[in-house]
Amino acid sequence: MLNGVQELVPGDSLAAKALAQPESSSAMFTELFEHAHDAHELQLPFLGTIDLPRFAPLHVAGLTIDLSITKHVVFLWIAALLLFLVARAAARKSGSARLPGGVRNLIEVFLEFVRDDIVLPNMGPGGIRYIPYLITTFLFILIMNVMGIIPYGSTATSNINVTAGLAIIAFFMIQIAAIRSQGLGHYLAHLTGGVHWALWPIMIPIEILGLFTKPFALCIRLFANMTGGHLVIISLIGLIFLFKSYIIAPIPVAFAVGINLLELLVAVLQAYIFTMLTALFMGLGIQAGHGEQEHSQKGH
Amino acid sequence: MDPKLFAYLAAGLGAAFTVIGAGIGIGKLAAAAMDASGRQPEAAGPIRISMIIAAALIEGATFFALVICILLALK
Repeated sequence: MLNGVQELVPGDSLAAKALAQPESSSAMFTELFEHAHDAHELQLPFLGTIDLPRFAPLHVAGLTIDLSITKHVVFLWIAALLLFLVARAAARKSGSARLPGGVRNLIEVFLEFVRDDIVLPNMGPGGIRYIPYLITTFLFILIMNVMGIIPYGSTATSNINVTAGLAIIAFFMIQIAAIRSQGLGHYLAHLTGGVHWALWPIMIPIEILGLFTKPFALCIRLFANMTGGHLVIISLIGLIFLFKSYIIAPIPVAFAVGINLLELLVAVLQAYIFTMLTALFMGLGIQAGHGEQEHSQKGH
Repeated sequence: MDPKLFAYLAAGLGAAFTVIGAGIGIGKLAAAAMDASGRQPEAAGPIRISMIIAAALIEGATFFALVICILLALK
């Protein structure tokens, strides 16, 4: 029954290899998981595989940095280009039309959502100046997450380096919001935690370390959510390879459809959670600054 | 006995206990949200949003443990 399938399958694909060797299903699983990892080649529909350029690793200050272009880097660039084109089309003056239409209307829906549900409740009116950063974060992560669900697409946010980069930018924005609102002196004073000066050598390193935990959690949360969804789908489809028959195929495919829908929800939700938590942390810094101003005004 | 045996066993047990913890936590959260929505149906919208946010935070902690289990299983 399996012999007839061999002609339907392209010669160099994973399925052909699976049909050729009857044993070693664990090696098959490891190969299946490679689809979720970063790769040095890009697979296009109907056009085959493109090998992406590799550069020699740079040795800088004891670190080895490999700057070759991989699949996730390509999808990062595609998402950035898409976001840039959409934002440019939305920001154009609307001419003689009174009501916004088309792309401008769509972006205004997202913008109002970010402003009314994320920025104003968490940061107050002083947070309006940070809306460009927050809407960029939200739309960028959303586009990257959703591109992973499209066939032949790949989730750039399932790479921990990408989410770490986003979290580092969030870390700097949180500190900038706090310093702008509180002033550098009060911001450093908060780092001591209000204890007796003899305890400062213990307190300050702990407080500085505490500054890093929130962006670290943002990074891990986004990475693990995106990777987990893909691993579950790969495991379910891998069941078909494990049983080596296509009779049981409808069951894993039905489950995989359900998990795909859940993954779509998780993609949108995680973009919202990342943006909302960044806004929340920035809002905490801004409110601490307002509290300081009230104290200094009342207590002369 | 291969020493890697304990790593695989730990990965499996760790993932199981992690999901138990997450299930209990999010279950209690959902029960509280249902109670509050039942008492005051017009506040259901904000309650739903807060519930989703808290669930995502709890799941974030779960994924920390899950990442450790995956690292154990793959190495």
